[in-house]
Amino acid sequence: MRELCAAALPANAWNWIAVWRRNYLAWKKVALASILGNLADPMIYLFGLGFGLGVVVGRIDGTSYVAFLAGGMVATSAMTAATFETIYAAFARMHAQRTWEAILYTQLTLGDIVLGELAWAATKAFLAGTGITVVATLLGYAAWPSVLYALPVIALTGLAFASLAMVITALAPSYDYFVFYQTLVLTPMLFLCGAVFPVAQLPNVFQQAAHFLPLAHAIDLIRPALLSRPAGNMGLHIGALCIYAVLPFFLSAALFRRRLMP
Amino acid sequence: MSTVAIDLAGVSKTYEGKVVVDGLSFRVAAGECFGLLGPNGAGKSTIARMVLGMTSPDAGEITVLGVPVPARARLARARIGVVPQFDNLDLEFTVRENLLVFGRYFGMSTREVEAIIPSLLEFARLESKAHARVSELSGGMKRRLTLARALINDPQLLVMDEPTTGLDPHARHLIWERLRSLLARGKTIILTTHFMEEAERLCDRLCVLEKGRKIAEGHPHALIEEQIGCQVIEIYGGNPHELHSLISPYAQRIEVSGETLFCYAPDPEQVRLQLRGHAGLRLLQRPPNLEDVFLRLTGREMEK
Repeated sequence: MRELCAAALPANAWNWIAVWRRNYLAWKKVALASILGNLADPMIYLFGLGFGLGVVVGRIDGTSYVAFLAGGMVATSAMTAATFETIYAAFARMHAQRTWEAILYTQLTLGDIVLGELAWAATKAFLAGTGITVVATLLGYAAWPSVLYALPVIALTGLAFASLAMVITALAPSYDYFVFYQTLVLTPMLFLCGAVFPVAQLPNVFQQAAHFLPLAHAIDLIRPALLSRPAGNMGLHIGALCIYAVLPFFLSAALFRRRLMP
Repeated sequence: MSTVAIDLAGVSKTYEGKVVVDGLSFRVAAGECFGLLGPNGAGKSTIARMVLGMTSPDAGEITVLGVPVPARARLARARIGVVPQFDNLDLEFTVRENLLVFGRYFGMSTREVEAIIPSLLEFARLESKAHARVSELSGGMKRRLTLARALINDPQLLVMDEPTTGLDPHARHLIWERLRSLLARGKTIILTTHFMEEAERLCDRLCVLEKGRKIAEGHPHALIEEQIGCQVIEIYGGNPHELHSLISPYAQRIEVSGETLFCYAPDPEQVRLQLRGHAGLRLLQRPPNLEDVFLRLTGREMEK
């Protein structure tokens, strides 16, 4: 049993950095395309929905619809960037490219690798979320300097979604299975968590369900920061995101242990 | 410093009800080249993975470089270099970047890795390719880069799973020559192979495997001498059964495999004499090799 743990857990507090740096080096070669790819989608939603629907919706929660939507899109972009990095890129490194296998020949453990991948996915989520935040701020849809409070939350949101996606990566036999996670988990979350309209619009049972979803906690922290409003229940939201970051990490490490070291 | 690099004692492994390794024991001395020889599915790769602590045995004890594996495999792996069966280099990186990134996994600083990269490239004969992307390299160059990568932590032990499978003869000979220079430097090598020639040329000792069991162990030439010990005549064409009765009085042993008849003859001239006048026969007389040993021990050929 101790052997199982030793292989699945990080060996120390810094081994993961080597994995992060490997991914950073690979990313640097395609940085521009990667940034544009991560920013384009949420930008289109922000301005497409923001201005298009904004005309119909008018003001919402005491602010313009674009400004309301900005917080939701920042959180969503962090969710998507972290998820896609984990289910596609990390899966490729684990499966087809055998990068993880090569790393396991060294003194790194599976736990080190998973931690490095999570930190890297959170970094990409941070870049994507921060990109949207900067644009929203420059255009006057987010308030300076309170917007700065959103930045650590974006990173934590990225970590939580990377960690969740890592469980899916550990379980999926092939790429084909990821589409279920996207359509059955991520897309519903977008509508249940107040990204595009207030949670209060939902039937009561869905409102209750939203309390358990990580994106709702991320939005409840990010939106007030962008709108320069006080955020309620900060401890609860941060705690919930931390649980989503930590528990799936251990679960995925154990699943990878079973999958890669039979 | 222990003189035993690897000690396997009574190791077994079952995957999904199938026994892959069956009560296997062997010892590899420090500084020797030890070969695991057997056909595909004999359990060679599983043994290599178990030595690295990447697969846990169901039964038995494994000690590598004085450290119990898999319990403290991380400690052992810090002093092991690995050349896997399938290349897992970073294709989007250059040769240099591959080495740099891999060195960091061993906790080396960028400066430390950069200091040894020139000597590794020289060893792998890749000096002119430092800035080439891995995707531009030939199969032989990729293998040599993998070998250089395996040396980045200055390992005492090299674990190689089919190091020359899929290479052309020229590339294969270059790898063999590089491996001999590593042995000359005192490194210990354990390699898996299904190439008889590779096993004969490189290995000080061999463990011949079939279905996860050891069927013979020893120095390649000693094994050949002990199991065969005479010239071999391969006979093609003709009816194997007819020929069998004709030459059996003069043969120590005869094996039929497919359309080929293997005649193990202390006095090959007598056999040739018997076959004179049989039209359409092709005869090939040669010294015995490990293929014959495997045929003798298992009743079948290793490849095919």
